[in-house]
Amino acid sequence: MGQIKLNKVTKSFGDVAVIPPLDLTIEDGEFTVFVGPSGCGKSTLLRLIAGLEDVSSGHVEIDGVDATDVPPAKRGLAMVFQSYALYPHMSVRKNIAFPMKMAGVTADEQNRRISAAAEALNLTDYLDRRPGQLSGGQRQRVAIGRAIVREPGAFLFDEPLSNLDAALRVGMRLEISELHERLKTTMIYVTHDQVEAMTMADKIVVLRAGLIEQVGSPLELYHTPCNEFVAGFIGSPRMNLIKGAEAAKHNAATIGIRPEHTAVSMTEGLWKGVVGVAEHLGSDTFLHVHGVPGCDPMTVRVDGELPVRHGDTIWMTPQADKLHRFDAEGLRID
Amino acid sequence: MARNVTQRRKILNTAAAWTIGLLIFFPILWTILTSFKTEAQAIADPPIFLAFDWTLENYGAVMERSNYSRFLWNSIVIAGGSTILGILIAVPAAWSMAFVPSKRTKDILLWMLSTKMLPAVGVLYPIYLLFIQFGILDTKIGLVIVLMLINLPIIVWMLYTYFKEIPGEILEAARMDGASLKEEVLYVLTPMAIPGIASTLLLNVILAWNEAFWTLNLTAAKAAPLTAFIASYSSPEGLFYAKLSAASTMAIAPILVLGWFSQKQLVSGLTFGAVK
Amino acid sequence: MATQHSRSAARIMMAPAVILLLGWMLVPLTMTLYFSFKRYLPLRGGDLGWVGFENYIRFISSSSFWPSVMTTLTIVGGVLAITVVLGVFLALLLNQPMWGRGFVRILVIAPFFVMPTVSALVWKNMFMDPNYGLLAHLWEFFGATPVEWLSQASLTSIVMIVSWQWLPFATLILLTAIQSLDSEQLEAAEMDGAPATKRFAYITLPHLGRAITVVILIQTIFLLSIFAEIFVTTGGAFGTKTLTYLIFQRVLESQNVGLGSAGGVYAIILANIVAIFLMRIVGKNLDT
Repeated sequence: MGQIKLNKVTKSFGDVAVIPPLDLTIEDGEFTVFVGPSGCGKSTLLRLIAGLEDVSSGHVEIDGVDATDVPPAKRGLAMVFQSYALYPHMSVRKNIAFPMKMAGVTADEQNRRISAAAEALNLTDYLDRRPGQLSGGQRQRVAIGRAIVREPGAFLFDEPLSNLDAALRVGMRLEISELHERLKTTMIYVTHDQVEAMTMADKIVVLRAGLIEQVGSPLELYHTPCNEFVAGFIGSPRMNLIKGAEAAKHNAATIGIRPEHTAVSMTEGLWKGVVGVAEHLGSDTFLHVHGVPGCDPMTVRVDGELPVRHGDTIWMTPQADKLHRFDAEGLRID
Repeated sequence: MARNVTQRRKILNTAAAWTIGLLIFFPILWTILTSFKTEAQAIADPPIFLAFDWTLENYGAVMERSNYSRFLWNSIVIAGGSTILGILIAVPAAWSMAFVPSKRTKDILLWMLSTKMLPAVGVLYPIYLLFIQFGILDTKIGLVIVLMLINLPIIVWMLYTYFKEIPGEILEAARMDGASLKEEVLYVLTPMAIPGIASTLLLNVILAWNEAFWTLNLTAAKAAPLTAFIASYSSPEGLFYAKLSAASTMAIAPILVLGWFSQKQLVSGLTFGAVK
Repeated sequence: MATQHSRSAARIMMAPAVILLLGWMLVPLTMTLYFSFKRYLPLRGGDLGWVGFENYIRFISSSSFWPSVMTTLTIVGGVLAITVVLGVFLALLLNQPMWGRGFVRILVIAPFFVMPTVSALVWKNMFMDPNYGLLAHLWEFFGATPVEWLSQASLTSIVMIVSWQWLPFATLILLTAIQSLDSEQLEAAEMDGAPATKRFAYITLPHLGRAITVVILIQTIFLLSIFAEIFVTTGGAFGTKTLTYLIFQRVLESQNVGLGSAGGVYAIILANIVAIFLMRIVGKNLDT
């Protein structure tokens, strides 16, 4: 069980309102990702759910019960921290056992759960080491193991992969996703990395300055971003946003087109530009094109290899049905 | 600085440092040497450095003259007791300041430190009266309390700086793992802060061991520690260099040995955590 | 970053230390204030009634008062100057490549472990004694007349003794600070063409600022109240009577508690002036 509901929750530090009144429901078993630029309040929101911070007003409900005044220890949630927050003076086994020790779980049960978690996380050979002797990825798995054995109502992840190098990050991302498939427990995951959000989430909550910009599945956000901010934030490379005369042709203040939705030709097209940097990855080619009015540079992605170089002139044509239109306030026009 | 330093430079540095080091250490060395001389050799002119008849008679004489072991025991109880009591009171306070800081935390810390600046002599008589009132004049418990109070600000300050280096996330993790406040401090914070607590303990044992205002003024016969033991040699009858040296050596040896063995921890403790 | 629950827990956990120190500060302070307005001679009649500010006037108009304030400041200032300057020098030296640094450090740190009564006695008798002291022998060796340290150069002697005790502290703190200086900074300055003296003045010394602040703060706290060194060596004679010692004499030797208490109040005021001054600097320099 693990339905979490935020009811007109606000948080302010002194006079600074970090989170204006906010409503959000996270269904049981859902993998929800809070994503947004740094300082958007996503970590604060997670800490409010955890109980590590008090809400300034409003209520936090867990499984329909008001948990606003319940201390973190009693909320039945487990958290994985950015720094892993392992206890450096305890062995891996003791680290994983700690929450069970606090809960008074019998020794036999503790051992059973530790073995199961260690097996699932490939930690069996490391149980007697100290965290200091482990690699970053292993530490991360210990932190997850410590969370699993509690059998919590929900897992809270606070940017858990940001201290890992790129290769490990992809691996851990998969492991966490698999863990969710297996446990079917509610997970709330905070990240500033939209790739993590897109690949892992059932539901993405895009935050900016404490406000929810949009809530939806990854593909909903990709296909129908409700405003310019979400349009620019979700998707990689970023959506090209074009202002001015070109946008006015479509009765919009701004139009957006994703790099992958633009056809490139050496001879003809709607927009003409000069290639600045060309990134040849083999599988794709990314071009940063200068000279398109209202959007400089414009990024386009071409499948496979396209033999263009710095200084070449090219033509680009957006796919008409993939154009996004936004009004002067930045809101989507359908 | 992975660069080769000329051998000559290194030799010069070594010579200079050793000379200055020995010069600074010399008064202690001289005291220890003199303690093994006869009184006549102790004041010989010119002074004798090593070629004297080594003797232990001064130590025997000092033991005979005063009950060294009682002074020693008093020093141990007073320095150890006041430090341990101080740490028990300071750990929770330092936890609060390091992990639940408020706008006033810094003010409280500075205020605590400023109580150390209150001149002891300004309140000597009132304390003296209070001690009589509570019947703790010339008792170990009285000195334990006073030395605990005068060192408490330093203990709090040191523990605070050590605690601040422990990432708050680890304590939050403990909280999420279901630990109560007591369990958090007992199972997570304290074990992690052991090196810092050890430094604090050592430094304050040394400070309490060497404290010479309250220990001289609030004790007479029963609770007098080694500071008083040695002060008794400042009277004219004590003007025997060899015996004075023996007594001095006996008074400083325990702390000197302790200090040398724990040099590493002390150096970090000595900086009161304020210098990395 | 905390909840209401942890904030109230924090208050409770801080309470014992705060209450104890508050009591330790306020109770004797109140009593001292009370006595300072009384004529109070424990051995000659006890409490002889209220006298208003008479004790304050008598204490400050006594011929010993201003000299004692000057003596106090001279000792504190002298010891601070010597220990900081020599400490920086020694720390720089110990930071150089050499053999046996650990051993030298053991030698240098040793005086810190010596209790003040012992160091005062040893210096007084075995070094500064005009007949048998080692310094007298040294002077004679060079054909000079031995100095009667503790009577002719009494204040200098005391400053020397106390500096010897505190030099290890200053050196070790400064050494720790120097060792934390990123050597790349110095190398960058060297690449920029700064000679050794400039590198010291513009990089090493500013880096030491914080450490020097700590040395000054901590030493001042202890130096303002030095007692044993004077008690054992001169007993306050030959112009070595600090404010602390003067009050001590009024209270314990003359058994005039009222007068001594008024002196105590002055000492507290002096300490507070120094404290406010120091806290300003430290508050700025230490990010607590």
